[in-house]
Formats: sequence, structure tokens, C-alpha cells
Amino acid sequence: MLQLSSISSDEKSIQHERMNIVIVGHVDHGKSTVIGRLLADTGSLPEGKLEMVKDQCLRNSKPFEYAFLLDALKDEQTQGITIDSARCFFKSDKREYIIIDAPGHIEFIKNMISGAARAEAGLLVIDAQEGIQENSRRHGYMMSMLGIKQLAVCVNKMDLVGYRWEVFDSIRREYGNFLREVGIDPQAFIPVSGRNGDNIIGPSPKTDWYKGFSVLEQLDCFQKESPRVDKPLRFPVQDVYRFTGYGDNRRIIAGRIETGKVSVGEDVIFLPSGKRSRIAGIEGFNRAAETTASAGQSTGFTLETQIYIKPGELMCKSGELQAKSSTHLRVNLFWMSPQPMIKKKQYKMKLANMQVPVWLTKVKSVLDASELTTSSNRQQIERHDVAECVLESLRAVACDEANDIPQTGRFVIIDNYEIAGGGVILQAEESTDTLLSEHVRQREKSWDHSSITQGVRSGRYNQRSALVLICGSVGTGKKELAKALEEYLFNCGRLVYYLGVSNSLLGIDSDIKATNERDEYLRRLGEVSHLFTDAGMIFITTVSDLDDLELEIIDKLNQPNDMVLINVGEGGFVRRKPDLSLEKVDLASLQKIHELLQRKNYLVEYNL
Amino acid sequence: MDHLDVLEYQSVYILREAYREFKQLVMLWSIGKDSTVLLWLARKAFFGHVPIPLMHIDTCYKIPEMIEYRDRLAREWKLNMIVGCNREAIENKQTFPENNQTRLQCCRSLKSEALKHTLSGEWSRMVMDHQSSEYVPVEGGEPYTGVIVGVRSDEEGSRSKERYFSPRDRHNDWDVGDQPPELWNQFKTDFAPGTHVRIHPLLDWTELNIWEYIEREKIPIIDLYFDRGSGTRYRSLGCAPCTRPVESTAGNVSEIIQELRSGRFANIAERSGREQDKEDNHGLEALRRDGYM
Repeated sequence: MLQLSSISSDEKSIQHERMNIVIVGHVDHGKSTVIGRLLADTGSLPEGKLEMVKDQCLRNSKPFEYAFLLDALKDEQTQGITIDSARCFFKSDKREYIIIDAPGHIEFIKNMISGAARAEAGLLVIDAQEGIQENSRRHGYMMSMLGIKQLAVCVNKMDLVGYRWEVFDSIRREYGNFLREVGIDPQAFIPVSGRNGDNIIGPSPKTDWYKGFSVLEQLDCFQKESPRVDKPLRFPVQDVYRFTGYGDNRRIIAGRIETGKVSVGEDVIFLPSGKRSRIAGIEGFNRAAETTASAGQSTGFTLETQIYIKPGELMCKSGELQAKSSTHLRVNLFWMSPQPMIKKKQYKMKLANMQVPVWLTKVKSVLDASELTTSSNRQQIERHDVAECVLESLRAVACDEANDIPQTGRFVIIDNYEIAGGGVILQAEESTDTLLSEHVRQREKSWDHSSITQGVRSGRYNQRSALVLICGSVGTGKKELAKALEEYLFNCGRLVYYLGVSNSLLGIDSDIKATNERDEYLRRLGEVSHLFTDAGMIFITTVSDLDDLELEIIDKLNQPNDMVLINVGEGGFVRRKPDLSLEKVDLASLQKIHELLQRKNYLVEYNL
Repeated sequence: MDHLDVLEYQSVYILREAYREFKQLVMLWSIGKDSTVLLWLARKAFFGHVPIPLMHIDTCYKIPEMIEYRDRLAREWKLNMIVGCNREAIENKQTFPENNQTRLQCCRSLKSEALKHTLSGEWSRMVMDHQSSEYVPVEGGEPYTGVIVGVRSDEEGSRSKERYFSPRDRHNDWDVGDQPPELWNQFKTDFAPGTHVRIHPLLDWTELNIWEYIEREKIPIIDLYFDRGSGTRYRSLGCAPCTRPVESTAGNVSEIIQELRSGRFANIAERSGREQDKEDNHGLEALRRDGYM
């Protein structure tokens, strides 16, 4: 029995490398026994635990099994299956391990996925007597999708097949072929017996034909992930803090650097909005001041210019390869929800810190992971399916292709408050024909227009209709200006209507969950504008802190009618120039807007 | 970057996710070493500030030094400090020390019930007023929908099955068999009205990691954890009648670390001094299903 290494308090550096390993496999193939054995034989159990469990078994007249050490919960001891992924800590001479024991039963696959998604390497257990089963294949495929590249296969219960080489080899060849087909190159196949301890810690006389590593030795061979610092900077903005209530005026962009590194003074760009700035400082608490921050660090930045950045944006460095922005994503995804994924239904995609509404627009092919067959003409994605499909969103998603930078190339899909599916981005396509354009086209087609044309209406009302959109930060006086404008134009005999949306709904300090609901309101605003402008009115509204993409949404939805853009205060737009920029709202503002509307022929003057 | 950095950055990430997504967020503070590390991690996450209110469930049987320490830190760090208590049970002497309940029944009543009703706002909350440094009762508060708790996987079997973001239904019940998947650091932050979510930023930390971090950051810890001359100290802090001290002469943080790494406690479970765990093998898990920490 191995002793735990004793470490003097001087040797702080060893043993601190830690690795997450997941153990998967078909139900009843003996994963929990393998782990229980690993823990017991390396002396990693707390003192007294083994005796305690053996005692309990005696008391309940049950034969002792190593798997009981992990099955800490009542349910599992009676049913005999692992429901969830339990974590255990254990140490070898080389490093500390967190072993995640994942359930083998198909019903609990989402628990298996959670466990596997945290892992840096995997052990897959196959029962030598029963052979390769459905979940043996499904779990293998899932490991590949989840990006686990290091895998060792334990052919377990060798005691039940007389430790025969032929049985082991046949499984090794068949399963090895399968893994290669799904893109995994397995590091080893190990013949073991969890119950008897063969090849778990060290070599076994019963398998003298086997010359490879034991499970423990194989674990020590797995490598830690290579440093992500060498990739381009990817910093998803998790949140933006201004703790003015605590007397702190710093505007801190907070989050965790996924890849790359960045230093004070470097130029950065935020996607998909396209806003640019420069790093002024790297913030922290109770730590030495730093000028560079790197991948893995949860940190915060202050910028040289006060630009409005929303959580969800992705910060990249100006001089480096940047993330792609796209509304049209070709992906590989797996579905976990009992409700199938269908077209024409809105789902939520979470990628890094971005949350966007998405729609399934095309199912290219569906892989049945247990049979390894592919169907090409499915219209929806069922539970446990893996599908190549197209997802579209109204607002652009900043991302990478998963082969380039996995951290910003993988996402989950939310349906009905649950994580219903997950996937990776194969290709982020630039599409000119977006969902939005399509929607507007459809709307125009299905609209039953009256016989009164725009031209006739303008003639009668002496005005051309337009959406007058007043933008700027919170507190710049936009609302007062908008209301005053409505009153002014009304008194001039114009057909005008003001509609405001409360700041508590759309402002940056709003309580509702950032992007999603704001998008919804902006879309409704766009549709409402369209109705009023179609009816010949001058429709006035204000929105705080609008960016280029949101502006585009409103503009498109208002088409084919015009929009007049007025900005108060500092500009927030990169791609479109406002028709009028006001430094602030003052007595001259109304007059300036009036002149603008006249100049652009929205207000027709009747000259006698 | 060492292992403590990795743990810190992940915990900070989780705290920031919780802060962004949950409108009614609260952090449970048991005054012990784990939740004090959690409080420190909040200061890391929010650059020195603690914008989340803290809640302590006082069973009235806590060791008195704990209460003094709590109030001192609350004043110094200007914490939004809330205290909840099952006043009725205490007044009616329906507790284990009064010999009217078993240990588990007492835990359920003074801890689980008090937690449930203080979180929901049904029972009154005592809130620290920073002008007077006194606690004032506040009635009819908003229910908290996000609750940050400092549990660790290695503490006890049922806790090892937790998620970072773990939903609880209306009755505070934990459906351990049907937990949401957590994939690629994407957590369950969407939930139906009426449910609340437990958030566990310390899941990956071991007892040793906690002490190593306390040493590195010089976090002020209550001195009940140290031998003050009697040859005994507390390894885990519960209520006085149900927590036994252990024999140990470790008088400071580095001695405790040494004890854990190579000495006497290297193989003994941290909660071995907690009497209620021994009652009915699955007692703690049953309690947790009903809303215990």
C-alpha cells in the first residue's frame, strides 16, 4: 500500500499541480469500483472511512464493494447506480487529482457531461465480459465533442473472463477503431480488475502478457493543457463596475482572460460593437500592482476613454487576430433536453459572457451516437442527438471557430431556464442576408397595403414621415428635448407622436438581465416606429446608450421609412454618423432640430 | 500562477456571475474559516468592496467569541450585515441543549427553518445600522433568490455532489438526482420565479487550500481555531453543545498547515468533531435535501 508523501513545510512547490480526470462508461461496467479501489490502495481515504463503510455493510448484511465508498447517498446504495458526478481528491507522487466519477446510465447523460466538461483527461471503463455497449460509444463520442484529447480505456472485470489476452485484445481493436473514427487517439488500453485490484496501482501477475502502465501510472502520464498565453487576446467582459456608492469612481471592466495577455498602454477593441480604447490600468485587491495580465486571471481593467461597454462583449487587441462577428453560425451541437430543438423557436445562446437569442434555421445532418449512422433530412434535433446545423441570431455574436480558440468557440443553448444543449462553432459566416432582413422582407410581403400611398399621405399632411431617434447617455436631457420637440412641432400643426421607454427598462443600470430583454424592447420599438411612420407621422423617441448594432436593428425594422438620428453628448456610434450632433440640450436645440427636418424636406412648407 | 491562484480566479468568476445575474443576492456567513475566505474572495471580486449583503443564522448557542468577531468585521468592512434566528424555538426551549429535541431535530429547527424563513423574508431580519453600530429589526424583506454558500466538495459525501449553481425549489428542497449540467463555465443562471439558487464558489477548495490561502492573504481568522494554551483547538466551528475541540497544539496558521499536510489530521475528516453527522448515517444529506447548508 502506497504511503502518502509527507511534505515538509519548506517544500511548498511540489504536489501543487492538480489535474481533473473524468471516469465514464456504460452502466454497471464498474467505474465506481475502479475509483474506490484507486482511493483505497493509494491510502487516499480519510482515516476510518474504509472501516466505517465495511462496518455499515456488515450491519446491513450487504457484501462490501469498493464502489460504496463513492456512493455516499442513500438512493444510490439501494439502486446501485451513480446518479451524479461525485468528486474525489487523491494524490499520486506526481500530482493531485480530482477524479470525477460520471454516471453511466443514459438518463443521466447531462450529469456525465458536466463532469466531463471539467476534465483535462478521461478514463473510459468497459466491462470485458459484456463488451462494448451503447454508452461506451456515446461517452467516447461525447469526450471528443467536449474537447478531451487524452483518453485511456480500462477493460475491466478481467477476473470474470479468466484474464485472457484474446478478450482484451478484441475489445482493444474494436473500440480503438471506433475512437479513431470519432477523432480520438487513445493513449492506452489497460486490462484491470477493480474488484481484485489488478493493474490499478501496479502490475499484476495475472496479466503478465500486458507490458503497459497501470491505471495510476497512466494517470501520471497525462499532460496538463498547454499555456493559453500564446494565443491572441480573448477577454470576455463579464461585468462593468462603478462602485460610486462606496466612494469609488473607477469604471472597471471585469472578467477572466481566456487566452492571450494584455498590458497597460495597449490598444484594444471590443467586439461586436467595434469600440476602441486603450488600457489605462489593471485593477486588483490585496495584490501587488501589475502592468500585464494573462490567460486564466480573473481581473479588471480601467480604460483611457470612458466608452460604454456592455457585459458580453469580447475584448481583443488591436494588433492581433481578432474574433469574428457573425449572425450566421454553422455548428456541431448535442441536445440534452427531452423537448426536441425545433425551428422557428427562440432559444438563448450563451457563449463566453455573451447571451443572444438564436433560432435553428437549418439541420444539415444528425448523428446517432450509439449506432454511428447519419441522417440528412431531419427537421428537428432530438434528445441525445448530435447535429451539424445552422443557428442564426439577430445581433452579431463575437466568437472564434472552435478549432482555433476553443474557449470562445463553444456555447450552450438555454431552453425554458435550463441548459438544453451545448456545441462548438465550426464556421462563423459573414451573411449579408440576415434574419432581420428576411423578417422585414416577409413583413412587407404579407402586409396588406391600403390604396393610399406614402406620396398621397405626404401631400395631405404636408410632411414626410420619419422616425426621429434621439440618442445619448443617461441623464443628458434627451427625454425633455423629445417632449419639447413634440410639443413644438404639434403647435406648428404637424402630425407628431412621442413615445418614451423608461430608463429602468433600457438603461445600463436596469435591473432586467442585460442584453436579451433590451433586444426585445428595441425590436418592439423598431416595429412600433414602422407603424407610425407608415401612417405618415413623425415619430419621436429616445434610447440611452445605443450602439451601432442596436441602431441597425431599429433602422432596419423601420424600413422602408426614414430615420433621423440625433445624438446628444459624446458619440457612441462608430459606423454611422448622426444627422445632428448636439453637445448638450439647451435653448438652441429645438431650433437646430427644426432646421434639420426642414432641410431634409420632412416638413413641407406651403408657399402661397 | 500557482494552485491557489487557479482556485481564486475560478471563485471570483463565479461570484461575479452571481452578482450580475441575481437581483436579490445574499451571502451566508457562518463566521468560520471557509465563509470568511468566501467573504475575502468577494473583496477580490469587487475590488475591495462587498456589494452583497451577508447573512448569519444565529442559533444562540454559538461560542460568544464568534459573535464579537462577526460584529467587529462587520463594522470595519462596512458590511451589509443581516442576522436571522428562530426566536420562537429558543423561547420555547425546543432545542437539544434543553433536552427537548434530538441533535438533528435541533439543527433542522434552529438552522434550516431559520434559514428558510429569513431568506424568504417571512421572519424578521436584524440588520446592522452603521451609524449606531446596533442591529435593528427589519420586517417584510424581499425574498432572496440567489444564496452564496461556502460549502466545499471534500467536506462531506453529499456536498461532493453539488454544482456551482444549484437550484432549490419553493420549499428549499434539493433534488440531487436531477441537477442541471454545468458546461464550460456556463452555469444555471436562468430560473423560474419562485425558485432560488444556491451558489457554491468554494466547491474545489480543500481544507488545506483554505488555510494556505488564509496564510497567503493574511486573512483575519477567529482565534478559536488556534490552541491558546489548553492543548486543544477547534477544527470546525459549530454550536458549542455539539462541537468538540480536538487535541492539538497548533497555535497559528502555519502550524495548522503543517498539521494538515503531514501530521495528525492528514487522514482524519474535518467534520469528525461534529456530533450530528454521526446520528443516522445519512443525516446530513437528508438535512441538505430539506434546505440545510
